[in-house]
Amino acid sequence: MHELAVTQSILNIALENARKVDAKQITGINLLVGQMASLVDDSVQFYWDILSEGTIALGAKLNFKRIPTQMRCFDCSHIFSPSPDTFDCPACKSIRVQVIQGDEMRVDSIDVE
Amino acid sequence: MSTRIEVAEKILSANDKLADTVRQKFDTAGVFAINIMASPGAGKTTFIIKLLETLRGRLRMGVIEGDLASSIDADKAAAAGLPAVQINTGGECHLDAVMVDGALHRLSLENLDLVIIENVGNLVCPINFKIGSHLNLLIASIPEGDDKPYKYPGAYRGVDALVISKIDLLPYVPFNMDYFQKGVEILNPDLETFHLSAKTGEGMDICADWLVNKVNFWKSNL
Repeated sequence: MHELAVTQSILNIALENARKVDAKQITGINLLVGQMASLVDDSVQFYWDILSEGTIALGAKLNFKRIPTQMRCFDCSHIFSPSPDTFDCPACKSIRVQVIQGDEMRVDSIDVE
Repeated sequence: MSTRIEVAEKILSANDKLADTVRQKFDTAGVFAINIMASPGAGKTTFIIKLLETLRGRLRMGVIEGDLASSIDADKAAAAGLPAVQINTGGECHLDAVMVDGALHRLSLENLDLVIIENVGNLVCPINFKIGSHLNLLIASIPEGDDKPYKYPGAYRGVDALVISKIDLLPYVPFNMDYFQKGVEILNPDLETFHLSAKTGEGMDICADWLVNKVNFWKSNL
């Protein structure tokens, strides 16, 4: 349950960036969240509604873009999404693989008026 | 009419920045800081106290204990002769840079070489919150099972060292070390790994020697 701290950080980032352009209202927050980042969308939305009260971000829509976990095989360069119980390369069965995406937690952009 | 503004900022960037400041405070004091993470009951506090006994006379150690509530861990550490500070997170599932920063003044850093920060028992959240440590160490205990790297990949990816603890229990619980280590190898290929039992003391020397070398090397480059 670190969503409270995460939501507060999202709000701070959104408000700061909105202030820079003198926005009247924040209407949307576009988030990039990797599958491995263990963040619960509903929970963030729940805290958002509470934390954003009294700010220009109240009512903003939170858009979560989930980034699937991807791995690259060192041996055959195959790029794949791992299955839940194994990380082996499905093409050549090598275990020499590397996580190339899936742990992102970023505010990509905000929509303002 | 709404306008889109590019932000491209890490959600936890404010915490990351403060963590850098905390780390600079450790650097200035010449104190090496370790962030110890594990699930509840993995044996973090027992490991830390055993480490103190093993390091006695070689490194001056202090400890910051993070828990949701109680001062049980800090009391245990203090009883063992460790300068100890308790942080109660009041429900938060992890320590963050703000909490550690606020606890620093309660330790006499000038009298220490090493501060061990025991994070809240949790394999999910702590790894996302930097706290200014120089080294992140994960403890995985045998009774937790051999599938943890597959279930909690984030924790295994984000650390610099791994302690496989309670190895004295290997004969009694099902644990496939090859399967476990395969998962670790994939997530974190060159991870420094120690097999030990804080209870019997087996393997503690090797881990302690490695740590002394690590701290001394770090100090010589300050």
